Amino acid sequence: MFKIVERERVNPVVNKFVIESPIIAKKREPGQFVIFRLHEKGERIPITIADADPKAGTITVYVQELGKTTFEMGKMNAGDEIADVVGPLGLPTPIEKVEGDIFAVAGGVGSAEVLPIARKHKEVGNKVVAILGYRSKDIVILEEEFKSFADEVYITTDDGSYGREGFVTHELKDHLDKGRKIAEVIAVGPAIMMKVVSDLTRHYDVKTMVSLNSIMIDGTGMCGVCRVEVGGETRYACVHGPEFDGHKVNFDLMLKRLASFKEEEKISLDRYNAAVGGENG
Amino acid sequence: MADTKIPRQDIPKQTPEERRKNFNEVALGYNKELAQLEAQRCIQCKKPFCIEGCPVEIDIPAFIALIKEGDFDGALAKMREKNLLPGICGRVCPQEEQCEIKCVLQKRFGAVAIGRLERFIADYEIEQDKMVIPPVADPTGKKIAVVGSGPGGLTVAADLAKLGHKVTLYEALHAPGGVLVYGIPEFRLPKAIVSRECHILEEMGVELVTDFVVGRAATVDELFEQGFDAVYLGLGAGLPWFMNIPGENLAGVYSANEYLTRINLMKAYKFPEYDTPIRVGKKVAVVGGGNVAMDAVRSSIRMGADEAYIIYRRSRTELPAREEEIENAEEEGVIFQFLVNPVQYIGDDTGRVKQIELLKMELGEPDSSGRRRPVPIEGSEYKIDIDTVVVAIGNGANPLVPGTTPGLETNKWGNIVAEVETGKTSKKAVWAGGDIVTGAATVIEAMGAGRIAANSIHEYLTTGKW
Ligand SMILES: Cc1cc2nc3c(=O)[nH]c(=O)nc-3n(C[C@H](O)[C@H](O)[C@H](O)COP(=O)(O)OP(=O)(O)OC[C@H]3O[C@@H](n4cnc5c(N)ncnc54)[C@H](O)[C@@H]3O)c2cc1C
Ligand SMILES: Cc1cc2nc3c(=O)[nH]c(=O)nc-3n(C[C@H](O)[C@H](O)[C@H](O)COP(=O)(O)OP(=O)(O)OC[C@H]3O[C@@H](n4cnc5c(N)ncnc54)[C@H](O)[C@@H]3O)c2cc1C
Ligand code: SF4
Ligand code: FES
Repeated sequence: MFKIVERERVNPVVNKFVIESPIIAKKREPGQFVIFRLHEKGERIPITIADADPKAGTITVYVQELGKTTFEMGKMNAGDEIADVVGPLGLPTPIEKVEGDIFAVAGGVGSAEVLPIARKHKEVGNKVVAILGYRSKDIVILEEEFKSFADEVYITTDDGSYGREGFVTHELKDHLDKGRKIAEVIAVGPAIMMKVVSDLTRHYDVKTMVSLNSIMIDGTGMCGVCRVEVGGETRYACVHGPEFDGHKVNFDLMLKRLASFKEEEKISLDRYNAAVGGENG
Repeated sequence: MADTKIPRQDIPKQTPEERRKNFNEVALGYNKELAQLEAQRCIQCKKPFCIEGCPVEIDIPAFIALIKEGDFDGALAKMREKNLLPGICGRVCPQEEQCEIKCVLQKRFGAVAIGRLERFIADYEIEQDKMVIPPVADPTGKKIAVVGSGPGGLTVAADLAKLGHKVTLYEALHAPGGVLVYGIPEFRLPKAIVSRECHILEEMGVELVTDFVVGRAATVDELFEQGFDAVYLGLGAGLPWFMNIPGENLAGVYSANEYLTRINLMKAYKFPEYDTPIRVGKKVAVVGGGNVAMDAVRSSIRMGADEAYIIYRRSRTELPAREEEIENAEEEGVIFQFLVNPVQYIGDDTGRVKQIELLKMELGEPDSSGRRRPVPIEGSEYKIDIDTVVVAIGNGANPLVPGTTPGLETNKWGNIVAEVETGKTSKKAVWAGGDIVTGAATVIEAMGAGRIAANSIHEYLTTGKW
């Protein structure tokens, strides 16, 4: 059992959780994730470790409410216990001092996932530029955290209610067009957003890493559900990733695989809503 | 008196019509009368060949004699001397290739049903509702990390705990048991049996740590730094193979591991009561012919498939699955397509599989395994409509631990190299056994390897000699 020590709703769809997990807190590196199973009847869901406090023995995650399990988690509070937390999983992001700027580009809750990577880049002495995109002003998260260390922070909203109106790619394109020396773009967010960013940077020949959020079960390479195609080869996101060269990822295939259980996910959420008398989702 | 005129006793089973609709155990087991009748068939050989066929050398005639006399407690004790997991072995061991094939009665009268008697005795123990915790020696102060809680790891843990060593059993998944819980379905091996055995281990003082991936949460070297004196690697063969043919990554194409893990470990057969979904269509093609393929195809029928196919590239004679399970599958209406091999999967416009293209094969000369090699028949391709595919062509070694353990030698397939006589690896104080060493094999072989390694570990811990 893993105890939730803190829980905060950071925007209408995302909750922050601080969870007791001393082994993971000590061992984790930026880019790694955990898998949760909330209770005996629960499914296993992968979530990125946004931060950790090795002294307190806790990890911090940001979870967006999307379906049954994430809504159910959103109802959990400080003091509640999670049946299983396994990790750290996946390969740590390779981070070293490089020539040129690091662009951390995130969509929605992806900003929590890219946060530890961006922070570590700053720690090793790289110049870090963050471009964070949200649907609208009310779901902007982590702006202050990024501003506390990043060299430049740009916010975009789809509806223009805050920051620049438009998508992260609009902001990123301006920087690319200005001929800035960019060592690497790290894009984290919905698959479609990572695809668009990769398509853009391909034209400029700028290295782009993406963190793939494929469906997972075990997270150890045992089941193969997380398989993705990278450069024509089958790779397992949980052990070979989750980060891959965005220019080589077959995003269309990934999007189709993500929809594998669409109907079942709806059945699950409808049943949950009926049980809690809610209108989630 | 032994009586060879008594025929080999069948084991009562659910009817095929019933069991197609549920995940309950297919074979119901002998009652006392049937068990004692079957036990009477054993002629108590002076030189019992059956024992030679048993990888853990159970004293078979002795336990059978005790059943015959009605001394079930005695039979149980005799069994437990050698076999830690009789309820599991009695159900899933290939007795027809091990002890029973060697039984002197085999040719003329049919072998004594050793496996069924073994299972009877294990079930008797559960019925008594008393858990016998084996005695544990005084603490030696030595600490052993056993990585992987499959049948191999469970055996090592039990043997060393009995000798007074402090064992910590690390398991990556949320439940212990390895393939016994994530792979083999409830209808062949009820999960309650596995969790009972794990509970006994805990009562013996073994610390069970689930949700712990060695290689990630701690490397093998870090385990030594934490104070362990020896490490046993019983990682299993947990890396599914695919054929690398077009369309294998379409939605609706599962590895057998994914398919069975969803159904067994995650209980997707009880979705939506349990959260993990699975989509089993109306026409399921399972590629492969081993136990894993049989489990997948029979699960498909229980999940409501109208047509469930086995796609196998050789003929029925070469099917590697246990005969009993092939027969069960046939009774349940599985459609066998022999001498065909998939060449590609074809998807619809949403990226879901809708057809499988097969190529006909014929049998040529025997290959290195002694089985006749399947040879493609040019131009014989044809397609069948299906909506679900399960690829069950085998599993390889997972590189997670070898890749993070300097000094641990592996062979060209990635299996850990370990001495057959001791289980010792190339790295000091590290032992390995079971599927991670041999490649996918059997429950009893993993247990046998575990026993050998436990003896060697004990010797190392008491003498300090590597
Ligand atoms: C490596 C990795 C890191 C992730 N990090 C985060 C994070 O930090 N914060 C966050 O909010 N989300 C993260 N996700 C996504 C998160 O796992 C899914 O949103 C969650 O599983 C949805 O579960 P659900 O039952 O609420 O929704 P569902 O109704 O089951 O699904 C909603 C959508 O989530 C996807 N999904 C469903 N099941 C899984 C699964 N087992 N694994 C992955 N995706 C699934 C499906 O494509 C589906 O369209 C991450 C995913 C991966 C693979
Ligand atoms: C579907 C199926 C049906 C089968 N049917 C039969 C049958 O009828 N009869 C028979 O005799 N055999 C059968 N087998 C084969 C048999 O199950 C295996 O040979 C046996 O389980 C191997 O035991 P093991 O102890 O080596 O490993 P496994 O049972 O594979 O267990 C290994 C365990 O180690 C864990 N692990 C792996 N890596 C790590 C890590 N890094 N950190 C922590 N834990 C880790 C895994 O999660 C797993 O739980 C079947 C196999 C399958 C898949
Ligand atoms: S070989 Fe057969 S008859 Fe002889 S002891 Fe073994 S089980 Fe009994
Ligand atoms: S999640 Fe099972 S192999 Fe990656």
